[in-house]
Amino acid sequence: MSLTAHVVVQRGSLGVDVELAVADGEVLAVLGPNGAGKSTVLRVLAGLLPPDGGRVVVDGDQVWDSTDRHVPAHQRSLGMVFQDHLLFPHLSITENVAFGPRSRGASRSAARSAAAPWLDRVGLAGLGDRRPGELSGGQAQRAALARALVGDPRVLLLDEPLSALDARTRLTVRAELRRHLTDYPGSAVLVTHDPIDAMALADRVVVVEDGRVVQSGPPAEVARRPRTDYVARLVGLVLLPGTGTGHQVALDGGGVVAVAEEAAGPVFVAVRPEAVSLYLDRPAGSPRNVWRLELVAATPHGSVVRCDLAGEVPLTADVTATSFAELGLAPGAAVWASVKASEVAVYAR
Amino acid sequence: MSRRRPRDGGVPAPLLVPAALAVAFLVLPLLGLVVRAPWSELGPQLTRPGVGQALRLSLVSATLATLVSLLLGVPLAWVLARSRIRGRSVLRALVTVPLVLPPVVGGVALFLVLGRQGIVGRWLFEATGLALPFTTAAVVVAETFVAMPFLVISVEGALRAADARFEDAAATLGADRWTTFRRVTLPLVAPGIAAGAVLCWARALGEFGATITFAGNFPGTTQTMPLAVYLALQRDPDAAIVLSLVLLAVSLATLLLLRGRWLGRGVTG
Repeated sequence: MSLTAHVVVQRGSLGVDVELAVADGEVLAVLGPNGAGKSTVLRVLAGLLPPDGGRVVVDGDQVWDSTDRHVPAHQRSLGMVFQDHLLFPHLSITENVAFGPRSRGASRSAARSAAAPWLDRVGLAGLGDRRPGELSGGQAQRAALARALVGDPRVLLLDEPLSALDARTRLTVRAELRRHLTDYPGSAVLVTHDPIDAMALADRVVVVEDGRVVQSGPPAEVARRPRTDYVARLVGLVLLPGTGTGHQVALDGGGVVAVAEEAAGPVFVAVRPEAVSLYLDRPAGSPRNVWRLELVAATPHGSVVRCDLAGEVPLTADVTATSFAELGLAPGAAVWASVKASEVAVYAR
Repeated sequence: MSRRRPRDGGVPAPLLVPAALAVAFLVLPLLGLVVRAPWSELGPQLTRPGVGQALRLSLVSATLATLVSLLLGVPLAWVLARSRIRGRSVLRALVTVPLVLPPVVGGVALFLVLGRQGIVGRWLFEATGLALPFTTAAVVVAETFVAMPFLVISVEGALRAADARFEDAAATLGADRWTTFRRVTLPLVAPGIAAGAVLCWARALGEFGATITFAGNFPGTTQTMPLAVYLALQRDPDAAIVLSLVLLAVSLATLLLLRGRWLGRGVTG
C-alpha cells in the first residue's frame, strides 16, 4: 500500500500545487500555517474536493483522481479523523464506529462486531452505548480514531486530530495515537500546524506555505535545519540567510556572523535563542560574534524571558528570568549580544 | 447610582407604549372570543353533526397536506440547501411565492391549472374521468399549495444550520449521498423538520381563501372549520364563536408543541 499524489487546486487567490508520496506504514506530516492549503490537500486526498489538476494514486495502480477520473469519497478505502471528532451526535459510540462497515454493506450485527474490538483497542470498551456528548474530548477523539480505522483502510487522513484537545489530554492522546499509527499498515497523512505533533507522530514532514512545499525531510532534519522563517519560528530558531566565505557569513540583511564550520556560497545561519547571551557592557575576552542591539520586546516564555532584538543582526535571546531582572532591561534599551561561533549552525540554502 | 441597569429591565417609554399596545391588540380579540363564548351552550353546539364533520375534515386534510408537504418539501429543501444546481436562488424565490401570495389568488391559479378545463386538469379528466375541484382531494391540494413553503423554508434553514462536515465524515466512511441523507442528515435536522411540519399543519388547518376558491364549500367533503366558521357567522354567531374556540384551542396546542423553537429564534411566516 502506498499513496502518491500531485494535488493542484485553485481556491480563490490561493493556488495549491503540492506533491506527496507516502509509503506503506509511513506517517507523513503536512505542516504549515493556517490558510497554507494543508486542509485543501487533505480534502482532495479524501475525495471530498475534486482537484483542478494532478493525480492521486494508491497502490501504484488505483487511480483516485486524474484529469479524467474522480472517485468519490465514499468509494475510496480511507479513514479520516477530523479536528473536532465529528462523531454523529444521534448515534451511540458503537453505532458511530460501526457506521463505516454498515454503509459498506455489512449487516447490523456484523458491523457491531467489527466495531467492538476497535473500541477495545482505543480503550473505550464499556462506553459503546454512550452518546458522543457524554464523552470527554479525549474519549471522543479516540472513538473518532476507532471509527476511521475500523475497516482497515488503505489511507488514513488526520486533520489536526489533537488541536481541539486541552494540553493535558493532548499529551495522552498523542502518545496513544503514536502507538496506533505505528501499528497501522497503510499510508497515513497527518495535517497539523503544531510542530510537536509532527515531530512526535510523523516519519517524514512536508512543510507547506502558500500552497507550495517549501521543505521536506525527516522531522529531526526539518527541526535542525529550517529553510523558512515559518519553520524556524516553529522550532524556535532564528534563521538568517547569507553568503558564506570561509568561516564567515555575510548576512543578506547586513552584518557578519562567524561560524565554526567552513561555509561557501548561499547559506542559512540558524541560531538557538538560548545560545544568545546578553550583557550591559561589551563582554570581556573576544568572542567573535558580538553585536550592539536594541531590545524590542520581552515576553515571559516558561521559565525564561524571550527577548526580541533589532539592529545589525536581528536575533532572539532566551535569558532566565533572574538574569533578565539583573540586567534591568526595558524595551528600547541598548544591549550587547554574543553567540559562540560553535553554537551557530550553517547549511547550504 | 442606578438601582437597575437599563439593559436588565428598563424599557424606554417610546418602546414600552407601542409594545404594550401591540400586546393588547394581539391578545384582546382572543380574550373577547373567550369572554363572549356561550359557555352554557358549549356542549350542544359542539355535538351538532356539522361541527364534528368539519373538524374531522379539517384535521384529516391538514394532516394529509402536511404529509404531502413532508414527502415533497423535505427533498426540495435539501436541493435548495445542499445542491449546487444553477438558478437556485430563483428556484427558492419561486417556491416561496405562495408564502406572500393572497391565498384566493392561489386558489384561482390552482383552478386554472387543475380545474376540469385547466391545463393539467383537462388532460387528467380526459384520461381518468376524475375532476379535482370541489372534492376533498382539492382541499388537500389547496392546503398543500399554501402550507408547503412554510415547511420548505423551515427545513432549509435547519439544513443550512446543520454542520455539513458531518456529511463529509459520512462520505469518508463509505456512505453514498442517499445513505448519508437517510442516516446522518435527516436525524440531524429532525427537530427542524418537526417544527416545519407543525407550522405547515397549522397553516393548512387555517386555510380559507385557496380552499373556498378551488374546493368550494360543501359540508362533509370540502367544508373545513374556517369555512364553517365564516358560514356560521352569517346565520348563528354563537355557533361561529364555538367553532372559533375549537380552532383557538388547536392553535394554542400547536404553539405549545412549538414553544421552544417559536420563542427561541422566531420563525418568519
